[in-house]
Amino acid sequence: MPQIAQLAETYASQIFWLLLIFGLVFFVIGRGMVPKVMETVGFRDKQIADDLAAAQAARDAADEQEEAWRKRENDNRAAAQDVISKAKAKAAASTEKKLAKAQEKIDDQAAEAEARIAAASSEAAAEIESVAAAAAQDIVVRLAGIKVDKATASSAVKKAMANG
Amino acid sequence: MAGETAKVDPMHQFAIEPMFGTEGLELAGYNIAFTNSSLAMVIAAVLLWVFVLGGMKRELVPGRWQMAVETFTGFIDDLLEANIGKNGKKYVPYIFSLFMFILFANLLGLLPLPLAMLGVHPFTFTSHFTITGVLAIMTFAIVLIVGFGKHGFHFFSLFVPHGTPVPMIPIIFLIELISFLFRPFSLGLRLFVAMMAGHVLLEVLASFVIDSANAGIGWGVAIGGPSFILMLAICALEILVAGIQAYVFALLASLYLNDAENLH
Repeated sequence: MPQIAQLAETYASQIFWLLLIFGLVFFVIGRGMVPKVMETVGFRDKQIADDLAAAQAARDAADEQEEAWRKRENDNRAAAQDVISKAKAKAAASTEKKLAKAQEKIDDQAAEAEARIAAASSEAAAEIESVAAAAAQDIVVRLAGIKVDKATASSAVKKAMANG
Repeated sequence: MAGETAKVDPMHQFAIEPMFGTEGLELAGYNIAFTNSSLAMVIAAVLLWVFVLGGMKRELVPGRWQMAVETFTGFIDDLLEANIGKNGKKYVPYIFSLFMFILFANLLGLLPLPLAMLGVHPFTFTSHFTITGVLAIMTFAIVLIVGFGKHGFHFFSLFVPHGTPVPMIPIIFLIELISFLFRPFSLGLRLFVAMMAGHVLLEVLASFVIDSANAGIGWGVAIGGPSFILMLAICALEILVAGIQAYVFALLASLYLNDAENLH
């Protein structure tokens, strides 16, 4: 086993070169290069974390804006609804008023027309009476040769017409 | 080689040989020859450097390579975060160096053919307890320094678990102390043994293939064939073991550091 057989002659060389080379490895690589590599990793991790935080903040802001927009939109919609209902009510009221006015006019005309009809019919009835009285005078003259005055004839006519 | 009786020594792969004529190199009386083991460490370190360098582009959107490097650093970071907590971040450079150095060493030690054909054999320096032992003692030393530096003598309360009956305290203290002092051994030996066992097994199976083929075509098919198939499976297992042992080393180191940081 050379590890033991050569121990006496080689241990000094082994230890010397190991300490020299491992020392170089430790100071040049371990101390000099590894921290820089890890710094790069740390820098990258930080960058990623920052980016993620910024993205989260942007998303939050967007959500907030959307919320505000939604609220505004709802308010606007409600206001529009209000305006529409008001306009509807106004229109309905004015329509009603116009209709009432027109109805009144129509009623007036109808009443006037009825009055005229009533006047015309009573006039017509009076004319019939006078005509009937004249006719009755004539008939009495011709049949009985008696002259009847106008007043008697018309009262007789009235009596007959009242009897139907 | 062909003329000799083909004798494969499964331990030869662990032999340390000086390279580039540096066998006489000395520092303060100690021999510090640049060996094949040192070369393997240099290769692992350089490849690790190249690997991490590819992850240094620092782009916001990472490419594949950067992603791979960041996966490893993130893996170690998570490991320490899970075991130690927020205080664990300062150990990332050390545990990362430890984990990646061992991982690269284990995987490069498994590299097969192309280099071997040129006569250059990959060397697994994590299969030497001189290496794993130094790594374990270094980790243990950090645990002791952090523990005593942060908690002072209060650190000894680590050896007395909560709710221990008073008469039991001396015995429990002793047992816990011994188990604590064994940590560097278990840490170092586990990696060394796992790496060595796998490599020996592969080498032994390879010698079966070669020896049985040398004994004749019939033997070669009957014994060499199954051995070769088994080698393929064990190679896959060894790649897994290479990763797991590096992970276990880093995991245990971070658990021990947790004791030092947070006590119980």
